[in-house]
Amino acid sequence: MKANDYSLKTMMEKPERLAPGHRMCAGCGATIGVRAVLRALHEGDQAVIGNATGCLEVSSYMYPYSAWQDSYIHNAFENAGATLSGVETAYKALKKRGKLADKDNFKFITFGGDGGTYDIGFQSLSGAMERGHDMVYVCYDNGAYMNTGIQRSSATPMFADTTTTPAGKVSNGKIQYRKDLSAIIAEHYVPYVAQTTLTRDFKDLHRKAETAIYTEGAAFLNMMTPCPRGWRYDMSEIMEICRLAVETCYWPLFEVVEGKWILNYEPKNKLPIEDFLKPQGRFKHLFKPGNEELIELFQKEVDKRWEDLQYRCARG
Amino acid sequence: MSKKKENVMKSKSIPERMSGNEAVSYAIRQVNPDVMPAFPITPSTEIPQMVSTFIANGEIDTEFIPVESEHSAMSAAIGAEAAGARTMTATSSAGLALMWEELLLAASNRLPIALTLVNRTLSGPININCDHSDGMGARDTGWIQIYAENNQEAYDNYIQAFPIAEDPRVHLPIMICQDGFITSHAVENIELLEDEPVKAFVGEYEPEEFLLNPGKPVAVGPYSVSAYAMEAKKAQEAAMERAGEVILEVAERFAQMSGRSYGFFEEYRTEDAEYLMVIMGSAAGTAKAAVDILREEGHKVGVLKLRVFRPFPEKEIAEAIKRSGCKAVAIMDRCESYNGCSGPLGSEIPAGLYRNKVMVDTVNYIYGLAGRDFTVDHVREIFAELKEVAQGEKEAPNHKYIGLRE
Repeated sequence: MKANDYSLKTMMEKPERLAPGHRMCAGCGATIGVRAVLRALHEGDQAVIGNATGCLEVSSYMYPYSAWQDSYIHNAFENAGATLSGVETAYKALKKRGKLADKDNFKFITFGGDGGTYDIGFQSLSGAMERGHDMVYVCYDNGAYMNTGIQRSSATPMFADTTTTPAGKVSNGKIQYRKDLSAIIAEHYVPYVAQTTLTRDFKDLHRKAETAIYTEGAAFLNMMTPCPRGWRYDMSEIMEICRLAVETCYWPLFEVVEGKWILNYEPKNKLPIEDFLKPQGRFKHLFKPGNEELIELFQKEVDKRWEDLQYRCARG
Repeated sequence: MSKKKENVMKSKSIPERMSGNEAVSYAIRQVNPDVMPAFPITPSTEIPQMVSTFIANGEIDTEFIPVESEHSAMSAAIGAEAAGARTMTATSSAGLALMWEELLLAASNRLPIALTLVNRTLSGPININCDHSDGMGARDTGWIQIYAENNQEAYDNYIQAFPIAEDPRVHLPIMICQDGFITSHAVENIELLEDEPVKAFVGEYEPEEFLLNPGKPVAVGPYSVSAYAMEAKKAQEAAMERAGEVILEVAERFAQMSGRSYGFFEEYRTEDAEYLMVIMGSAAGTAKAAVDILREEGHKVGVLKLRVFRPFPEKEIAEAIKRSGCKAVAIMDRCESYNGCSGPLGSEIPAGLYRNKVMVDTVNYIYGLAGRDFTVDHVREIFAELKEVAQGEKEAPNHKYIGLRE
């Protein structure tokens, strides 16, 4: 499909590959993102979907009901990369030995939250990417361990109030900034890495998911998906939160194709980070009088990383 | 199953000399599994090395996944097996310990993965030599476990692994164990089998449901609430119970092919024995050699060498001990349980004797930890002590270590 032919309306007419009736929260960003990724699968292509333990898994495949229209495997928390690498290798073996017909094409996509991807599953992901399995690893990054009740992860932004980095009388939330996993996977020199989120007509997400799925070799998609419970914003505001993340350059949209860094969107007027932080309850303490310095620190970190990214992309 | 029974083809014996690792690798070459994820660890490292060499030379076309850890080895094995591929791996010691979480998942997802375990002690202190703490540590993970005395048994057990594990009545993963270095690295005589009968014996893997079944998607690894999970666990337990009869059926077919017979255990000179030693793994060879010497000297002693540890043939062991009419039994553990009173066999065998109302004195000995030598003199010492216990000259020692430095 040519990029110009994209229309969300047409896309939404495709049969859903994640059926309604799953038990994810209303307004959950992860489910919206997962459905968008699955829409990028071409009709007629079968898929095996992998899933790390997390909200998505416990809510979508609760025995005896599965919301997944494709074959699906959940193994454990820290091994979605390795597990799907086994499935993909089995596909190669069965094809080679004539146990699967030429016409039977399967694609391999695995989903993990930031806990299962940035942290406990980091080694397994790195191994699968380095070995170059023909698969896509999609991280739905909601910036904390939401399934166990909003504990900090290495994807949690600085100063976020989580249940293991609570803001208190002598604490301003998480001390560290966040790990840049998209860049780390790009440093594996896999054929395709992209960072995306839920934007307007989902064209960015769709194009990147389609490219990731139909690029031969290992691909990684880092998809920011807000969690209304953990971020504490008004549930109806999810698209606005995503827009602010992009417009403040907190979550820039970029891709790395065969080692070449490409910036996909540059805000005309880069918004101050307050705009992203303000609507979220997890940053409420930053807006108390006397904490202005913390917001400045946050802004500095965003600026530094944005400059780094611009430099990488300018170099190509 | 009846279809497979017709496939039994007699094989000629091919005399050869090789190590236990070579023997298992030779069997893997004959089986040519679809997928093998593995990570090296002493003393099992040679197995993935040899398989990789077979692949590099085009002798087999197994897909080898050079994973970055044993946890990923078992994770990838689960993915591959669930996808519909016959999958195996190899490991030892800390490698098996790192797989632990995944061992449970392989079993509960009812995936007939074959793992060749080259037994090595668990750390710490870190030590590369043999004991059974790795395999015993995984004894409650839901895997079938079969132990070998020597390279011949490691080879023969491996060939029987897939037909046992993949049987629709079983559908459980299987661990084929041999002693690190003692068996894995020592070169001994062996009788190999021809490729064609072995291939026919093992057959093709035909799973009923699998991820890559075109047009028939399946979901693997559910979240299961309390209203359903317990039935799944019971079904898994029932499969382990059924594994016993399948192990014996496969052994019978194997005997038709090879002329070599196997059961749950081997009874060595146990008829009319007054004193018995129950032992597992390579040390059974030492025990049998000692029994021959002691019999020459007029002592009525015998050995019960356990082959199948999971499923645990509790009743059959109790019956064999009863049948021998012995006065006392030495239960040998190459593993500590740290429960303050016994090793794993030292707990399970007396429990089985009690449940089957076979009342006989038992003494649990711990031997050979972290590669400590176990000798004919040790066996002699143990039988002498058993006699004293049975004659009331000595109180049965509890949980006694053999061959400790003074």
